[in-house]
Amino acid sequence: MIKLLVGLRDWVDARLPIMRAWDTHMGKYYAPKNFNFWYFFGVLSLFVLVNQLLTGIWLTMSYVPSAEAAFASVEYIMRDVEMGWLIRYLHSTGASAFFAVVYLHMFRGLMYGSYKKPRELVWIFGMLIYLALMAEGFLGYVLPWGQMSYWGAQVIVSLFGAIPVIGPDLEQWVRGDYLISGITLNRFFALHVVAVPIILLALVVLHLLALHEVGSNNPDGIEIKKNKDANGIPKDGIAFHPYYTVHDIVGVVVFLFVFCAIVFFAPEMGGYFIEYANFEEANALKTPDHIAPVWYYTPFYAMLRATTLEWFGLSSKFWGFVVMGGAVAIFFVLPWIDRSPVKSWRYKGLATKIAIPVFAVVFLILGYLGAIPAEGTFLGMERKAAAQYLTIVYFAFFFLMPIYTSLESTKPVPERVTMR
Amino acid sequence: MKKLILACLLVMAPVAALAAGGKSCGKIECDAFDVDLHDKAALQRGAQVYMNYCMGCHALRYARYERTANDLGIPAEMVQGNLMFGDSKIGDLMQNALPDAQGKKWFGAAPPDLTLIARRRGPEWLYTYLHSFYVDPARPYGANNLVFPDVGMPHALYELQGQQVCKPAWKIAANGGIARDPVTYENLEDEHYPCGRVEHVAGTGQLTPEEYDRTVADLVSFLEYVGEPMQLERQRIGIFTMLFLLLLLIVAWMLNREYWKDVH
Repeated sequence: MIKLLVGLRDWVDARLPIMRAWDTHMGKYYAPKNFNFWYFFGVLSLFVLVNQLLTGIWLTMSYVPSAEAAFASVEYIMRDVEMGWLIRYLHSTGASAFFAVVYLHMFRGLMYGSYKKPRELVWIFGMLIYLALMAEGFLGYVLPWGQMSYWGAQVIVSLFGAIPVIGPDLEQWVRGDYLISGITLNRFFALHVVAVPIILLALVVLHLLALHEVGSNNPDGIEIKKNKDANGIPKDGIAFHPYYTVHDIVGVVVFLFVFCAIVFFAPEMGGYFIEYANFEEANALKTPDHIAPVWYYTPFYAMLRATTLEWFGLSSKFWGFVVMGGAVAIFFVLPWIDRSPVKSWRYKGLATKIAIPVFAVVFLILGYLGAIPAEGTFLGMERKAAAQYLTIVYFAFFFLMPIYTSLESTKPVPERVTMR
Repeated sequence: MKKLILACLLVMAPVAALAAGGKSCGKIECDAFDVDLHDKAALQRGAQVYMNYCMGCHALRYARYERTANDLGIPAEMVQGNLMFGDSKIGDLMQNALPDAQGKKWFGAAPPDLTLIARRRGPEWLYTYLHSFYVDPARPYGANNLVFPDVGMPHALYELQGQQVCKPAWKIAANGGIARDPVTYENLEDEHYPCGRVEHVAGTGQLTPEEYDRTVADLVSFLEYVGEPMQLERQRIGIFTMLFLLLLLIVAWMLNREYWKDVH
């Protein structure tokens, strides 16, 4: 039996380099041995992606993408499909989990300078994945056809209408109708289950290929390839398989512990994973009092709402759209605006050590402000004004980066990685 | 370790901040109310109240009679004989005979389907809402509601609860409690809110206020059940899943330790 399997493997390997592929990406892919807690989130993103694909496929088996039947078909899945509720909660919780792990994965990159040369392309592909993910999340949120699905789509699609000259026509083209309707729902379904997942998968492959070409960064920001032994193996590297596979299994189980606690005991997560208003079917004639996007978009939504500029006679909605888009797009240039000679913040100066935590806190507060109504106060300040100040700090983090990263004094980077 | 704690805080901070916001009951505070889905007798009584007082206008069109009967432990014959309308079959969705257009004509808005109302509004809201109807001759059906001002719905449980009238809200003292008269120690009313609380007119209604509380509690519990009928099953499977993951964690941890013990 073993002989037969080995024979089959060799037969295939003579025609398709499966052994080489395994060695390149697993068995002889040498990763730095000093990965810490923050290095779990890459593999967790992949894990959640597989969860979304599998549960998503099963959901499409019972979901009906029409304005008349979509809402009822979701309840049909929840009630009449065997274990349908579990499949759906895994998918809805998975959406939030995806963003949670991706945000932490990105923050890791920010701390340890994983975007810096030679990993610019890894970063760019990662950012494209993030963009595709935002689109995927938005499109998917429309499908249950609840009130928040409908009005969230209304708010976001109407942003296209704020673009000068072509806006109104573009908006109508995106919707396929004069208002968000069953036609919009149908095309969003097609994009959510076919188009965007294909793009997402292709980008994930590119992200990993680019990563395995240049090798992983590490918390010290040291290039382990500069220090190889007689066999050409990095002295600070360790084979991904079996060392990091067994390591990542622990991470996956811990993640599953949190994930399943939410799925089984708090699938709505206090209205922030599944919004309460979405338990009411979409109604084009009834605007909800408070339209809030799901938590993972709220930092950008807060910036959109905070923008009151009306430059060049263009609407503040348009400039809000620009600010929101810019807030995402500016991440792309990170590899070129970080002028520091070192990668990891461990060896960067005081300015970076202050800037990164401040940026993280500003991002979280913006997320909070985007989730609550725009009117009212925050810490004794008008919420709108607070969001405006924070938006400025958000952009200052990037615009001032070339200055503070080149001026600050850095610490010497050690020759070999540190295990701490 | 320091970093691990920082990381956990970063993960939990937005969730904690967001979870702080609860559901409100309009201008007044929600009554505290906890649903016990294990109390099948209460769910059965709630189903009975629903079928007698609510179903005529509010369908439960995503739920089925059979599933509900099985989950609540009501024999199918009893459901067919007492709780079902018209020529429905036991496996049917729980529809009623009121067309939306008709409902809109009668009440100003079509009575909404209530299958998911407990998930939409929350049980505390429903419990408070059903306690907050009061007499208001300005409304077409003579009733208004503190939680949902100018609601189109008449007070469907009027014959059970009896009459309630609107009274000024209690005056709030500087310490946050209700202000009292310094001589008589009676609660003081706040003339700025002439209609801020309801008061039951003693002697009206078939039920005593305590009985009415229980009836509403049963009804709201039933709605909580019907909003997510698999809730108990979900939690039960969840406990087994968590226990399994705990075991898996131990095995994974030991496997990892075994491989990494020689890496320095």
